[in-house]
Amino acid sequence: MKTEKTKEAKKGVLKRIAGPVVTAVNLDAHMYDVVKVGKEALMGEVIKIQGDNTIIQVYEDTSGIRPGEPVINTGLSLSVELGPGLLTSIYDGIQRPLAVLVEKMGNFIERGVTAPGLSHTKKWTFKPLVKAGDKIEPGSILGEVQETNIVHRVMLPPNVKAGVVKTIRSGDFTIDEIICILEDGREYPMIQRWPVRVPRPVREKKNPTIPLITGQRILDGLFPIAKGGTAAIPGPFGSGKTVTQQQLAKWSDAEIVVYIGCGERGNEMTEVLTEFPSLEDPKSGKPLMERTVLIANTSNMPVAAREASVYTGITIAEYFRDMGYDVSLMADSTSRWAEAMREISSRLEEMPGEEGYPAYLAARLSEFYERAGLVETLNGASGSVSVIGAVSPPGGDFSEPVTQNTLRIVKVFWALDAKLSQRRHFPAINWLNSYSLYLDALHDWYDKEVSPDWNKIRSWAMEVLQKEAELQEIVQLVGSDALPESEQVTIEVARMIREIFLQQNAYDAVDTFCDMKKQYDMLKAIKLFADFAYAAQIAGVSPSQIIAVKAKNELPQIKFIKDYKPELAKIEKEMDAEFNTLRSAA
Amino acid sequence: MKEYRTITKIAGPLVFVEKTEPIAYQELVNVVLSDGTIKRGQVLDTSDELVVVQIFETTTGIGRDSGVRFTGETIKMPVGHEMLGRILSGGGKPIDGGPEIVPEKRLDITGAAINPYARGMPADFIQTGISTIDGTNTLVRGQKLPIFSAAGLPHNNVALQIARQAKVPGSTENFAVVFAAMGITKEEANYFMQDFERTGALERAVVFLNLADDPAVERIITPRLALTTAEYLAFELGMHVLVILTDMTNYCEALRQIGAAREEVPGRRGYPGYMYTDLACIYERAGMIKGKKGSVTQIPILTMPGDDITHPIPDLTGYITEGQIVVSRELHRKGIYPPINVLPSLSRLMNLGIGKGHTREDHKKVSDQMYAGYAEGNDLRGLVAIVGKDALSERDRLLLEFADLFENRFVRQGYDEDRTIEDTLNLGWEILSTLPVEQLTRIDRDLINKYHPKFRAGAKKE
Ligand SMILES: Nc1ncnc2c1ncn2[C@@H]1O[C@H](COP(=O)(O)OP(=O)(O)OP(=O)(O)O)[C@@H](O)[C@H]1O
Ligand SMILES: [Mg+2]
Repeated sequence: MKTEKTKEAKKGVLKRIAGPVVTAVNLDAHMYDVVKVGKEALMGEVIKIQGDNTIIQVYEDTSGIRPGEPVINTGLSLSVELGPGLLTSIYDGIQRPLAVLVEKMGNFIERGVTAPGLSHTKKWTFKPLVKAGDKIEPGSILGEVQETNIVHRVMLPPNVKAGVVKTIRSGDFTIDEIICILEDGREYPMIQRWPVRVPRPVREKKNPTIPLITGQRILDGLFPIAKGGTAAIPGPFGSGKTVTQQQLAKWSDAEIVVYIGCGERGNEMTEVLTEFPSLEDPKSGKPLMERTVLIANTSNMPVAAREASVYTGITIAEYFRDMGYDVSLMADSTSRWAEAMREISSRLEEMPGEEGYPAYLAARLSEFYERAGLVETLNGASGSVSVIGAVSPPGGDFSEPVTQNTLRIVKVFWALDAKLSQRRHFPAINWLNSYSLYLDALHDWYDKEVSPDWNKIRSWAMEVLQKEAELQEIVQLVGSDALPESEQVTIEVARMIREIFLQQNAYDAVDTFCDMKKQYDMLKAIKLFADFAYAAQIAGVSPSQIIAVKAKNELPQIKFIKDYKPELAKIEKEMDAEFNTLRSAA
Repeated sequence: MKEYRTITKIAGPLVFVEKTEPIAYQELVNVVLSDGTIKRGQVLDTSDELVVVQIFETTTGIGRDSGVRFTGETIKMPVGHEMLGRILSGGGKPIDGGPEIVPEKRLDITGAAINPYARGMPADFIQTGISTIDGTNTLVRGQKLPIFSAAGLPHNNVALQIARQAKVPGSTENFAVVFAAMGITKEEANYFMQDFERTGALERAVVFLNLADDPAVERIITPRLALTTAEYLAFELGMHVLVILTDMTNYCEALRQIGAAREEVPGRRGYPGYMYTDLACIYERAGMIKGKKGSVTQIPILTMPGDDITHPIPDLTGYITEGQIVVSRELHRKGIYPPINVLPSLSRLMNLGIGKGHTREDHKKVSDQMYAGYAEGNDLRGLVAIVGKDALSERDRLLLEFADLFENRFVRQGYDEDRTIEDTLNLGWEILSTLPVEQLTRIDRDLINKYHPKFRAGAKKE
């Protein structure tokens, strides 16, 4: 990772080392300057200035460092390298490519090794899209590179003046070679650098109107997130945050995916690395890895780099958004990010807020989620960043600060529930507590793209589930036989909604992804059963006869069948026939 | 080596030294008492004015007159293949009367993080012979799968049964056990040692013992010594190493004690805010490495204070490990061994190690179906207590019976009973076949036709 701006380098001396936070004296520094700490030149960042003391968080392990060792201020702020080569990469929290680190230092992450985020030797074929004499603005697209199956649009950096193209080159270049010269003499290579803590500018932020289709029934069907929207997925350990996030990374219809493993398990990142290259995008048929950037700063990697990882990730996401792509970003888990802030803050001996978190926790969270959105980019294209953050509340208790502060910002809440996961109801998203504030904004889309009666069927399903929850309270006291007959039917229909529609097995080759058409057909089939059932009940058929209708038992199998249509039609026909028999007998 | 006599403060396990030369963070320190005994410690905080040293033993006998020697290096562990069969103290010194270990290497005990890019994906099914693990919470090589237990429950038996029976079917590769005791009683330790000796496992084991009456602070390094040894055996000598760490609750108590002595702002229930990261640096030292033969599989054991799974120790552990095996007081009271409650138990790597080519194609779905049936049957028990069995529908009555059957046939087994995975899965089908076929919604038709006792080829002929 290299850095922005150039100021004069200054040298200081280490005074104190206690974990990831160190103190230097006699150092001329500004907040968030990147510094090199100690003889091994470990990378760090200035986080506090107090009298002559400069306090630095270090992105690598500080064992063995002594007072008196040098500290050098680069005078630059923490930035990422942006350009062709990002896709399919896996980085640590400060954009060091993990594959390169393996080459340089073996299987374990040692320290003091720097590695640039992008390859500076690889040549890319650059195809210009402007010509000499064209007037270009900040953010303008200069040309493109076929990076993977994704076209990488090379842009003028957003923070420079407009100008007129004097020369534009075409052919094979490294990211450092000049591809564009302006009339005023300014020269630009493909690479640009951007400080991670600063949002990249856009022309305008807009309100989202299109859903991010994920292929997950409970999400698309009941609690959809919009492209450019924000969602939180809190839940106790083992409830399904990571699996849900990975499902989104695999199947959501975003064009680019940025996946941040922030303070979580090493094996989970390996799983993504092993699995993604062999998975295909259901729409394009291309390997999923080709649209993916991974950031892996696992729980046992330095906490300061964990703190930086979400900023590294969102900056990369914004960069692709600026090209006009729909990007989705998963952060697993934002609680570990918050804990990194807490750890650093407590080492700074700052006054703690709630549960020891720093008082600025809420501000940092909202600044982060605010970087999501559907935008008109500086070059006039439409792009979006959707952000889905996992939250890991201690003891699964949602009243804690990270969950609460997150819920104040995000528009979609997918509440995971240990009771559901324990009975292996997956995704273990509680349908009563979860919500999406995008329903109204997306209403028209569903109306047009799915079916004019989709919104009605969705509301019907929610009502049945709500009603079931009320009835269950009674059942717990008196048993189900004591319920009125129509309500016994409702209980059965609700069970079908839960077991057939809501439950979805991420590990089944077919069921793992369910397109909107199939979602609609499945829910509609359940509704068909319900309509038959209530009509039959009014005609005098008993609930036990209704529950015994055989054809409905075949419905769950639909999930596992790819070409489900013939089978579904058959089941619906049989259902009709069985009910006919029942009604005429009643 | 220079010796300082500039101790200015001693508080709990911490010794504060004023010094003259620059001391490294995490440096190993020897404190020399007036009678010549040496106590070891480690630098927690260093500056040009003051060095804070955490002593691994009691600070009894340390005073202003004690000498402090800084060794100039971080803590290293001498390792070698000769360690197999040896018993060491929680601080890494031989206590079995045998010779000092001849080191082949000296390794930093902190252990660097495995680069996620270098990790190999765990996929080898380990058969423990215990149905509730193999069938429903499968362990795979390179996994970290803790046992969540509580005072008075037979977690040691479960751990020993796993250690004794664990094998990868069809493989005869080099294996070893690393056993690290932290703060357990002499009696418990003996129990483990006798079992190791009885089964001959000791020859292939390295044992670290920090017992209840050993210094609490030493527990901070015991698991690190054990894991450094395990990594050496696995990644340098190519062995498949099973690491048992018990009891992690005592480890966390020691961590809390140090935090308090340093007057840190405490996190939940007085445990340090960095406990998640600290535990992760232990638990993440499990796994496989691409291109290397060996593996480190971890089974940490912890006792949940007050049987509370939301207590910070099990909670943070569960957030780091790849699942958990929960030992239940209720099942234990019913006289069921092993009293593993599958509902809160989980193995996250299960899917990688099961199915066609690993165990059997029906594995996942049989497991899911049993979970669903048992969960529902278990709920109904509460209802029956209120409304009586007669108020149940036929469907519910069968589920209720299924729950009993599950506990008595599937969960219950002998301490020495070693079930193959086929036995376990067939047993699963057997109890599932008491439910109507159309209720098996988690299993696809093809599998039902192939494995369900009523439809299996043999059964059809009737
Ligand atoms: N949609 C799903 N389909 C099938 N199984 C699932 C699904 N979601 C979760 N699971 C199961 O639940 C387990 C735990 O899920 P996951 O690892 O996502 O939990 P988590 O909430 O991320 O936990 P932690 O906070 O500890 O990381 C998975 O290993 C898997 O077995
Ligand atoms: Mg997770």
